[in-house]
Amino acid sequence: MSGPLSAILRKELRLELRSLAALPAMLLFAVSLFVLAHFTLNRSVLEGDLASGVLWIALLLAALLGANRLFVADVEQGGLEGLMLAPVQRSVLLLAKVIVMLVFLVALELVAVPAFAVLLLGPPLGPSLGWLTALLALADIGIALVAVLVSALASRTRARDLFVALIGLPLMLPIAIGAARGSAPLLAFAAHAPAARWPLMIGLYDLILGLIAFALFDFLVEE
Amino acid sequence: MLGPNGAGKTTLLRLLSTLLRPSRGTLELLGAQLPDESYKVRGKIGLVAHEPLLYRELSAVENLDYYCGLYGVTGARAKELLDAVGIGAARSAPLRELSRGTVQRVAIARAVLHQPELLLLDEAFSHLDPAAIELVQPLIGRGAEATRVLTSHDAMAAVAEADMVLGLRAAHPVLLAPAAELDGAVIAELYR
Repeated sequence: MSGPLSAILRKELRLELRSLAALPAMLLFAVSLFVLAHFTLNRSVLEGDLASGVLWIALLLAALLGANRLFVADVEQGGLEGLMLAPVQRSVLLLAKVIVMLVFLVALELVAVPAFAVLLLGPPLGPSLGWLTALLALADIGIALVAVLVSALASRTRARDLFVALIGLPLMLPIAIGAARGSAPLLAFAAHAPAARWPLMIGLYDLILGLIAFALFDFLVEE
Repeated sequence: MLGPNGAGKTTLLRLLSTLLRPSRGTLELLGAQLPDESYKVRGKIGLVAHEPLLYRELSAVENLDYYCGLYGVTGARAKELLDAVGIGAARSAPLRELSRGTVQRVAIARAVLHQPELLLLDEAFSHLDPAAIELVQPLIGRGAEATRVLTSHDAMAAVAEADMVLGLRAAHPVLLAPAAELDGAVIAELYR
C-alpha cells in the first residue's frame, strides 16, 4: 500500500508545484475575505463570535477552492482512468486525496490564521493557540473528507465548480458550527477553553464522514 | 476487433479493461468474473486507449515513475522502456511540450510497464510515423509476449496482425472467424 500511496502523493505534489492551481488561489481568497470583512463590517478589530465567524467562513470558502481542483488533472488528463486500471485499492486513492487536501488546508491556515491575527483580530492569539490548533486539526479532517467525496462526485459532472459549492457547503455545516462556536471563546479578550461538546461534535462528524467515505468512494470514482 | 464507427469496439475494450462495468450479461476475463473480480485482473492488463492516460504537466520520466509506484515496478524498467520507444532528451520535458506521436510512444511504454498478460490496443498505432511503429513493434506488435486485442481503422492491416477477427456492428457481434479464412469481400461487407 505504501508504494501506490507514495506514488500518488508524489504525483499530486509535482502537479501542484508545476501548475500552482489550488494553493495560491486559496491563500489569496482567504486574505481577500479578511480585507473585505474589515471594510464591510467597518471594524478595525474583531473578537469573540464575530472574529470566529469571519475566520471560519474564510477558511471554509477557501477550502472549497482547493476541493474544486482535487480531481481536475486526473479527470481532464485521463490519469484517473490510468489509476483505475492499476491493481490499487480505491481506498488508497481516497487516503491520498485526503492527505493532499489536508496539506492544502494546513498550508492555508499557516498563512491565513496569522494574517487574520494581524489584520483583524483584537485579542492576542498566543494564549489560545493550543486549543485553536486542536480545533483546526479536527475541522481539517472533516473538511478534507467532505472535499474529497464531493469533488470525486463532481468530477464527472459538467458544472463541477457549482456542484462542489452547492453540495460541499451544506455537508461542511456541522464542522462550521462546531469550529466557529468552539473558537469564539478562544478569540475573545477574556479567552477561555471552549465547551467540550464542540470538539466532540466535530470529532464525531469526522468519524461518520470517514466511514461514509470509505464505504462510498469506490462507487464515486468508478464508471 | 473490426467494425464501423460506433459499432462498440472501444466500449468492448473498456469493458475488458475493467474501466466500464457491464450493465447486463456475463464477462469472464483471464479466469475472473467481471466486474466482481476485477481486482484479480487489473495488474494483468495493459491498455493503450485513445487518450494516453498520462499527465500533461509531468514529464515522461515522472509519469512512468508514478505508474511504477502503482504497479510495483522498478525505475530501471521505466528507463529501459523509454529507451526502447526512442524517447531520448525529451523524457524530462512536460508532455504538453511534446508531439502527439511522442506522447503516444510514452503511452505505449506505460501500457507495457508491468509486462501485462493481455494487451488491449485501441488504435494504438495512430499518431505514429512508420519509424515509430517499427520501434514499438516488439512491445505491442506481433512480437509482444502478451495476448493482444486490437482495433484499427486500417482493417486489412489489423487482419494481417490477427489470429481471430471479431466483427461488430451496432454493438452486436456479426462475425467471428480465424483471420486466415477472411478475404477482402467479407471485411468490406462488415463496413457496408
